[in-house]
Amino acid sequence: MDVLLLSRIQFAFTIAFHYIYPPLSIGLGVTLVIMEGLWLKTNNPIYHQMARFWTRVFALTFAIGVATGIVMEFEFGTNWATYSRYVGDVFGSALAAEGIFAFFLESGFLAILLFGWDKVGRKLHYFATWMVCLGAHFSAVWIVVANSWMQTPAGFHVVGEGLDARAEITDFWAMVFNPSAMDRLSHTLCGAWQAGAFLVVSVSAFYLLRRKHLDFAQRSLKVGLAVGLVASLLQLVTGHDSAVGVSRHQPIKMAAFEGQYESLTNAPLTLFGWVNESEERTYSLEVPGLLSYLLHGDTAAEVKGLRELAPDPADRPPVNLTFQFYHVMIAIGFGMIAVSLTAAVFWWRDRLFQTRWLLWLLVFSVLGPQLANQFGWYAAEVGRQPWIVYDLLRTSEGISRVVQAEAVLGSLILFALIYLLLFAVFVYLLNDKIQHGPDPSDLKPTGKLSPRPEPSA
Amino acid sequence: MNFGDLDLNTTWFVLIGVLFAGYAMLDGFDLGVGALHLFTRTDEERRIMVNSIGPVWDGNEVWLVTGGGALFAAFPIVYATVFSGFYLAFMLLLAALIFRAVAIEFRSKQPMRWWRQMWDIGFSLGSLASSFLIGVTMGNIAWGIPLDERGEYAGGFLALLHPYSLWLGVTTVALFMMHGAIYAVMKTDGQLQDKLRGWVNHCIIFFIICYAITTMATLLYLPHMAARLRAHPALFSVALLNMLAIANIPREIHHGRDFRAFLSSCAAMVALMALFGLELYPNLVYSNPNPERSLTAFNAASSPKTLGIMLTIALIGVPVVLAYTVSIYWIFRGKVKLDKTSY
Repeated sequence: MDVLLLSRIQFAFTIAFHYIYPPLSIGLGVTLVIMEGLWLKTNNPIYHQMARFWTRVFALTFAIGVATGIVMEFEFGTNWATYSRYVGDVFGSALAAEGIFAFFLESGFLAILLFGWDKVGRKLHYFATWMVCLGAHFSAVWIVVANSWMQTPAGFHVVGEGLDARAEITDFWAMVFNPSAMDRLSHTLCGAWQAGAFLVVSVSAFYLLRRKHLDFAQRSLKVGLAVGLVASLLQLVTGHDSAVGVSRHQPIKMAAFEGQYESLTNAPLTLFGWVNESEERTYSLEVPGLLSYLLHGDTAAEVKGLRELAPDPADRPPVNLTFQFYHVMIAIGFGMIAVSLTAAVFWWRDRLFQTRWLLWLLVFSVLGPQLANQFGWYAAEVGRQPWIVYDLLRTSEGISRVVQAEAVLGSLILFALIYLLLFAVFVYLLNDKIQHGPDPSDLKPTGKLSPRPEPSA
Repeated sequence: MNFGDLDLNTTWFVLIGVLFAGYAMLDGFDLGVGALHLFTRTDEERRIMVNSIGPVWDGNEVWLVTGGGALFAAFPIVYATVFSGFYLAFMLLLAALIFRAVAIEFRSKQPMRWWRQMWDIGFSLGSLASSFLIGVTMGNIAWGIPLDERGEYAGGFLALLHPYSLWLGVTTVALFMMHGAIYAVMKTDGQLQDKLRGWVNHCIIFFIICYAITTMATLLYLPHMAARLRAHPALFSVALLNMLAIANIPREIHHGRDFRAFLSSCAAMVALMALFGLELYPNLVYSNPNPERSLTAFNAASSPKTLGIMLTIALIGVPVVLAYTVSIYWIFRGKVKLDKTSY
């Protein structure tokens, strides 16, 4: 195998593994803010116990997120040196901003969140929880901005020619608010909220099925479900906006998403199907006119196909793969809406905690956002091919020229082994924490957090 | 935007140095605590060691992440050349950093002896290997690496492992161990503290031997790393400051002024980094042979516009970061007490 393929596999593998964890941290961060806020508001110690338990789960996901995140920052330089030279002037500042504005905030206040329970007052602790949550969101902001710039580059000009060419920034804010940045950020954040919320939902439903920690589980389930429902419904809006943005700025990607080769008016929306790339045909179940309507608000509007947009197949992404990733993501997205709406109806009817089939469904719902987040990113990144920076630099041109295939193969095997071990330990420890359940002693807040004794009469 | 006489490129050369010096001072002590970890015996001692850095190691490592990001933004050509040129070394560094990070988190989660032993080894070897590889990288930057006419690394992995760089790796391990031992003295009491006090002295001797050999080797074999000092004898004051700071450490430890010992150790690190930067400037990657191919703060930098934007980001962000970093160290001051939130 050549360096290009190996480097692509390594980047895909390391980012896919890394991306299991940050969404969990972001989503759990939101639920922690809600739970601890409820504790401060109601003074009910059950919310203290909830905040403490979910903080321990948060710590576990956060540690692996940090450890696997450093790899990503290094890999731009180690494996994609030519890309780094080309884009450093623009892309680097977003990455550095992420360090200064997000990572320091997150990791600094994490100390108080995890270890400060007895050391600081409850307001300061709650402030720290907010800052950790905010820091996690800021890191999403900057990394999605950076990635979106690769999808829809803006605010730069190219200087130099041939091998010396590189992008230089002309307008920092145009780079930050590049055409796809805000659509993709909101879509990513909602996906992250779903990931965290449905982890809480899943574990709580599991306790209810086992008839353990009932009060804890019911209240956790409500918090998780509320966040999960809102996030799942918002995905309709953010997903739609993202798709319209893709059709406007990356029409080839949109055509690949839909497996559409011909330019059509009254273009159909495919529900599922299979693309035969050699014959350039898509076999699918489709709704006539809906794609035109969704993208342009008019069923008669024309949606361009791959043959017109990219006559040379070398300028197209792998169509069937992109198509499948995109459709699996959407199917799961609608599945999550259905699950959370059903659960909400049962909650409203006061039957949620007794309906065992629904609780079982909720136990497995944790996989939905994880898979949709993964497939969504695959669709976005595979759909960007053959470009590493859209319409500017091809992926094949971005690799490190001095790195040998054997070296990349070696590091790929190294990461595969380490990540396999990490994942096994993560699942083992998470399961152990879940089996262990909330700590009964957490029902009595200690140290500076303990309730003030009533003044004696 | 310029700082007095400093142009933007030089300002960023200095700022990158500041970020990496900050990294050395902060992550240096938790890497050092990790390197010393296996010398402690009982589980309680080891828990105290891990918890002494528990709340802060993560924030310390962010200095490396931010330093890397700033290097990428300010000097992308240096970032690309060094990271792709040192490919295998950096992959090993990543593996070491991952192991020590997760070992800290995982160790306390199960009581079994084999479990704790396994993560103790992961934590300690990961810390040792990280320190060593960081030192080897610094050694290669000082020694110089062969660059081709396009400014890319023109050697192999093994070419990076020459005696000078390997020795700088050992020296860095010694430096971080000394720094970590002093930090651990600050955070402990009783028997463990007495034991650690003894280790500080061993570590200082170990470091001074390493440092003396490194200095001799630098003067003998790396004339380009001593040229500025020869041209401006006043700069010897920085070297002198460095030696005084190190000599002050045993004195402060002896008088039980542990925090002042730690500050001395920090001052020694800053002086070392300052010397390194003064000798290197304006080069960031010295090309050896063919020095005319060296990557400098001027030929490997981003556009003035980006450097200006980055300076604005740094001027807004860094004071805030420093403020809450100091507050957090203040909140977690004092001796380690194991409780139920501890690792």
